[in-house]
Amino acid sequence: MPELLIRNTTTPPITGRVHRGLKRSQREALAAYLFILPDALGLAIFVALPMLFSLSLGFFSVNGFGGFRFVGLANYQRMLIDPLFRQSLWVTFVYVLILVPALYVTGLGLALLVNQRMPFVGLFRSMFFVPNVVSLVVVALTWQVMLVDKVGFVNRLFEFFGLSGYSWLGDPNITLYSILFVTVWFLMGYYMIIFLSGLQEVPREYYDAARIDGAGPWATFTRITLPLLRPTSFFVLLVSLVSAVAGSQAFDLIYIMTRGGPANSTSLVIFYIYQQAFQFNNYGYAAAMASFLVLILLLVTFILFAVTKGGRFHFT
Amino acid sequence: MIEPTAQTHSVRPSRNIFRRLGPILLFCFTAVLAILTVCPLVWMICASLKPGDETFSANLLPQHWTLENFQYVFTASPFWRYMLNSFFIAGTITVVALWFHSMAGFALARLKFPGRELIFLIIFSTFLVSLPVIIVPLFILVRQMGMVNSYAGLIIPAIFNAFGIFLLRQFYIAVPQELQEAAIIDGAGYFRIYWSVMLPLSRPILAALAVFFFLANWNAFIWPLTITNDRSLWVVQIAIASFHQQYSSSWNYIMAGSAIVALPTLLLFFIFQRQLVESIKTSGLK
Repeated sequence: MPELLIRNTTTPPITGRVHRGLKRSQREALAAYLFILPDALGLAIFVALPMLFSLSLGFFSVNGFGGFRFVGLANYQRMLIDPLFRQSLWVTFVYVLILVPALYVTGLGLALLVNQRMPFVGLFRSMFFVPNVVSLVVVALTWQVMLVDKVGFVNRLFEFFGLSGYSWLGDPNITLYSILFVTVWFLMGYYMIIFLSGLQEVPREYYDAARIDGAGPWATFTRITLPLLRPTSFFVLLVSLVSAVAGSQAFDLIYIMTRGGPANSTSLVIFYIYQQAFQFNNYGYAAAMASFLVLILLLVTFILFAVTKGGRFHFT
Repeated sequence: MIEPTAQTHSVRPSRNIFRRLGPILLFCFTAVLAILTVCPLVWMICASLKPGDETFSANLLPQHWTLENFQYVFTASPFWRYMLNSFFIAGTITVVALWFHSMAGFALARLKFPGRELIFLIIFSTFLVSLPVIIVPLFILVRQMGMVNSYAGLIIPAIFNAFGIFLLRQFYIAVPQELQEAAIIDGAGYFRIYWSVMLPLSRPILAALAVFFFLANWNAFIWPLTITNDRSLWVVQIAIASFHQQYSSSWNYIMAGSAIVALPTLLLFFIFQRQLVESIKTSGLK
């Protein structure tokens, strides 16, 4: 990107506004490049470069002091036979498969609820959103105490209703779902806001017309609300999918609550990569796995775009 | 709602009752759900006010209120230092990011130059790159630059994100062209237009983004965790996470630390919730 900037400032810009005088348009372009430069440079160095770097780093063995040694495909071969990597892929798959629909349903459900006219609706919206402003570290610590075996608040609550408690963070069959529950609790308010703004964009007349035609609430929802929410839905699916695969929320929760355990049942790819890099100093191997993850991310994004025919852009 | 006619009245009285009861049931349902949602946060704050032996008692409210946990957090660790670090780091990132992003957003929205669409597309595509995915190469890069265990390493990589640029660009596109032209006729240069016309106009969205950035960076965990191990550079999130390893059974202290860390974010939310919600809405409505 920097090369691009330099080349463009020296050649006269090809625009249709030549009649205004080259000097002025050149000045405008120069000013624009200077305005963009700090951000462009920063994004190039701290986002684009690591991205490209991650693709090549996988072919090296990197020691803790920054020495590189070319090892060819060794890291990728190791990836194929590493059972822990394979398990982490499976865990990630289950995590994404549950999280994305769960966020869609809870976000849309809450938005429909607080889009109704009722007293204190503003307060309710804030209450649903408030978990999202607290840090994930605090969220993880709080839930960890509440989910403690036997005496934790959640198990006490179960006891109160005559139910038997569970080992929420100790049973390998349950722990991933506990993490998923906490993630949904943390994120649902955010998606509620996004769906709410989508709902408020739908013209009132559509609903009035539907009512006059005698459409029930279900027909109104499936024939008017859902189709008109397509752009919003696409945005929500894209953002939740990318952040689920990349473990944007999961990392903090897992680092504090489970460390990938018990029995690696919550070891998402993103956490396994982090462990390999920063606990075992296997930077090259970690980068190889990360580049595989990037590939998956590109693939799911592409599929989502293809399946929805560009989603939101379909309408505009 | 359509007024029910006499006929539907007599034929389906049950539906009429449902119509009256419906809103009440809906209200109760929403209220219960909202209370359950904030329950964990209320529990956390209550636990921070309970003595240690009450942490796992069945009651929500403390039987003996105490501030001892908070005193302990501040005396047993340099917690003020951690808070100061967090304020400094999140504050600096916020200010610099707003400055850079508003300049870039202004240029992408209001100035004509070759490659504008391409540059915007490239910037926008970095939107999909999230930190956990690039953390290994980013760490190696920043280490080569000699920024491990430094404020620079904590601050500089966190400044750049496409989200802010995108949001500001959307805002500047909507500013009437006349304002810019009037400024040009008055002989203002491009920096002057940016500084004296665009920046003052965008104060509301800058405020919204400021809250957003500050919250995000105050709450950031994975990058500070990766780039620092020097205690004097610790931010609050690292501090409470390490409490967790140090005093794994003294949950009352950990909850007190959590309450202190959560308090500024909750305060910011209550004061600026309108701006915060607006910025989220705008991000969904591209």
